[in-house]
Amino acid sequence: MASQDTQQAPNASMEQRLAAVERVLEVRAHDKGLSVDGTMEWQEENLLAENGAKVVARAWTDPAFRQRLLADGKAAIAEFGIGLPAIQRQVYVLENTPAVHNVIVCTLCSCTATTLIGPPPNWYEDLEYRARVVREARTVLQEMGCPVAPETEVRVWDTTADTRFMVLPMQPPETIGWPEDKLASIVTRDSLIGVARLSGTGG
Amino acid sequence: MDGMHDLGGRQGFGKVGFTPKASPFQAAWEKRTYALRTMAGQLGVYNIDEYRHAVERMDPRHSVSASYYERVLTAIATLLVEKGVTTRAELEELAGGGFALSHPGAGGRTNAPDRKSFQRGERVRVRNDFVPGHVRLPGYIRGKTGVVMVEGPLTPFPDAHAHGLEAVDEPTYDVQFRSEDLWPGGAESAVIHVAVFQSYLEAVA
Repeated sequence: MASQDTQQAPNASMEQRLAAVERVLEVRAHDKGLSVDGTMEWQEENLLAENGAKVVARAWTDPAFRQRLLADGKAAIAEFGIGLPAIQRQVYVLENTPAVHNVIVCTLCSCTATTLIGPPPNWYEDLEYRARVVREARTVLQEMGCPVAPETEVRVWDTTADTRFMVLPMQPPETIGWPEDKLASIVTRDSLIGVARLSGTGG
Repeated sequence: MDGMHDLGGRQGFGKVGFTPKASPFQAAWEKRTYALRTMAGQLGVYNIDEYRHAVERMDPRHSVSASYYERVLTAIATLLVEKGVTTRAELEELAGGGFALSHPGAGGRTNAPDRKSFQRGERVRVRNDFVPGHVRLPGYIRGKTGVVMVEGPLTPFPDAHAHGLEAVDEPTYDVQFRSEDLWPGGAESAVIHVAVFQSYLEAVA
């Protein structure tokens, strides 16, 4: 690989490079009461697509909440005790309808509303999705098993600043009348990104 | 900078490596790197824009061949060296091998002195700016015209914030573009929403 150095040893393994960085930060982290293990635990408990699923289920069953969610996402998710990391200033909730299909991306890196969607899946970070979905969303969605009818408008949301996005998927008609917790159980992370539709049979 | 990270609209890629309900992490070290990034951010050695720019400054060959979490770790290590927390030699000794870092960056710039406020529904043009340092303007909207939908939250100007310059908070605008305007004759029909910093926009005469 090209480098500023004329000669360079082959890179150490990722595990070794990670261990080296951890070692370098150990004392500073300890002084601030932080640790990688502690952070990992917090992330496992807090960065969950299940959070977004709960919000969606409430929006499906409570029209007043749905209005609040679409008007001010940050304030509405706070009703569930869900916050945003400090750098994430606001979250726009994007309502899918028969006429409009929303899908989100971050073409410059891989920004995501992590407290609602969880850490992004690997394909969301890959070059293919980031390059293609803004320019050929219909083909990409078709390839991903989520075809969009020609008469439906596709809206692609590129996360280029510190506003985050979450898709509010359409409720499958067969689930009308279900209790909120059962509805939440069918909402997938992929549907919150806008690359999957939902069904009442767990599809 | 017009780097390899600025991928929107680039052609020649194959299918998205999608599997339904895919795991975010492909290995234990990736999950640990994700936690390390958050923890390192909380240490206050560098800010989010410096971090993003350190990813962008990776050598193009390294950047394209690296996994997402290799890019994350490379950026963190680069900043720890640049901020004087460690040295490349120390990292390589601890790792027991090479530790490729990002290239040094060019300079940044401060908020546009002539930036203006825009109203919902107003047509705006993205300035035809070519910026050697950090910028959150994807190349595919440069010079293009769109419509302001919403004035978004105040955010430190990234082009300055990534370079230790005074970064005044400014609004980002949700600007709606049509794919047909971004890639005339070369895109599928869609509406593209981009969050655009105020300094990147000018009024359409």
